[in-house]
Amino acid sequence: MTKTALARTTLLLVILAVSFSSWATAQTEAASAFRSERINALVLVVVFSTVILIYTRWARLGKKLFIRKINGLDEVEEAVGRATEMGRAVLFIPGIQEIDNIQTIAGISILGRVARITARYETPLRVPVPYPMVLAAGQEVVEQAYIAEGKADSYNKDIVRYVAGEQFAFTATVNGMMMRERPATNIYMGAFYAESLLLAETGNAAGSIQIAGTAEAAQLPFFIAACDYTLMGEELYAASAYLSHEPLLLGGLKGQDWIKVVLVTAIVVGVALVSLGWGDWYISIFQSV
Amino acid sequence: MRTTVPIIIAFLSGLVMVLAFFFNPEKSTIGRFEPEVLSWVTIVGGFTLLLGVVSIVRVNYGAVQRRSPNWGYKLATVISVFVMALPAMLPTRWSPLFGTGPGSIYDWLFNYVDAPMMSTMFAMLAFYIASAAFRAFRARNAEATLLLVTATLVMLWRVPMGEALLQNIHHDLPGLINTYIMGGANMAVQRGIIIGAALGAAAMSLRIMLGIERTYMGH
Repeated sequence: MTKTALARTTLLLVILAVSFSSWATAQTEAASAFRSERINALVLVVVFSTVILIYTRWARLGKKLFIRKINGLDEVEEAVGRATEMGRAVLFIPGIQEIDNIQTIAGISILGRVARITARYETPLRVPVPYPMVLAAGQEVVEQAYIAEGKADSYNKDIVRYVAGEQFAFTATVNGMMMRERPATNIYMGAFYAESLLLAETGNAAGSIQIAGTAEAAQLPFFIAACDYTLMGEELYAASAYLSHEPLLLGGLKGQDWIKVVLVTAIVVGVALVSLGWGDWYISIFQSV
Repeated sequence: MRTTVPIIIAFLSGLVMVLAFFFNPEKSTIGRFEPEVLSWVTIVGGFTLLLGVVSIVRVNYGAVQRRSPNWGYKLATVISVFVMALPAMLPTRWSPLFGTGPGSIYDWLFNYVDAPMMSTMFAMLAFYIASAAFRAFRARNAEATLLLVTATLVMLWRVPMGEALLQNIHHDLPGLINTYIMGGANMAVQRGIIIGAALGAAAMSLRIMLGIERTYMGH
């Protein structure tokens, strides 16, 4: 499928989605179970899902997809190598949120890739977690990574350990680990809040190489100030696909980029229309409840 | 089987949550699924709490038995877990010190030990911010100098004395900082990151729902 064909398909989908939304609004006004005020979100979900699926299909068919370089992720292997040379551990923190947070799932996915590298080099790995469900998921992922690398005997259940459920109790425990064990590499991937700087500054003081990634915009400046590499926002979600080099996962990233182009265009058009005083109808399309 | 069943569960759970967003909870069955599914997450989380207790005891008690370095702290951790948890689980009809109500052992430990320790940790953030800011704001090149100047202006604007000082330089300077730095450059960058992150989260959710992304299961 060429880019023109993709554009045509997307246009067709938008027309279909808008037609469906008009039909659905008419149908559901009587029933009123359907929240017609959210129809714009439904249109976006349909278009977004379709574009991602089209790119995933392309990737399945073997089309070459270019993904830009993410320095922080390229450094992961080197950072683990440094820990191996120094005979010290790698500390991985998959955020401080529960497993139902998508950032935690992204962190756990990256943990699987990091665990494969530490298993390969036989580098000690420490993964403190703040919730039992994250503990269970983390243990499963790390065990599978060690098995995949043929190092099942090196796997230890206590690599991933529950330390504390309270935010600052967790921070105090991890800071203590950093100062006592002096891990060579600290990797923070997931949702972080006020503890982000407490962790990253302690790691910095301990002389560790630090790689962080979060989608919490308010915490990014702290990680940028205290870490060697920082993955910002969407890079966190792209990390597992980037590290795995699996075409199917990379296809999803390309689709996501394409939607970003659509949204940027929509924002530019909106700014122009509002500046000219013709934007009320345009704003109402995007407003949701 | 180990892969297929979790993928089916992930797909159905994700689909229910997406559909529930579009239906009124008072007037449709699917709309009522969302709080139901979230309740189940809490219930499953309650069961897994035991895993956490087992993990914390095994790691720390093992270190105490081996007399590994700093074993005293590990012993304090194990004792704290049980001192906090056991009286909270005992029925209040045995003694007013049990349970989690006012006057109980749990309540006393929480208010006079746990909360002050957490406040202390949070208060230490001020010193960490100072050291991180010192490193980040060093004027090593043009970009870092720009950051230093901008940050100095914003920090001054954020405190009453600094705001008064800026107003002395130019009466509209605090307003200009608010409009062009915080509401302009800063807001635009933050929104860019937030939109990108939201798209990334949506794309990852879709990959998980459709079973394309299986890395969270160790595959």
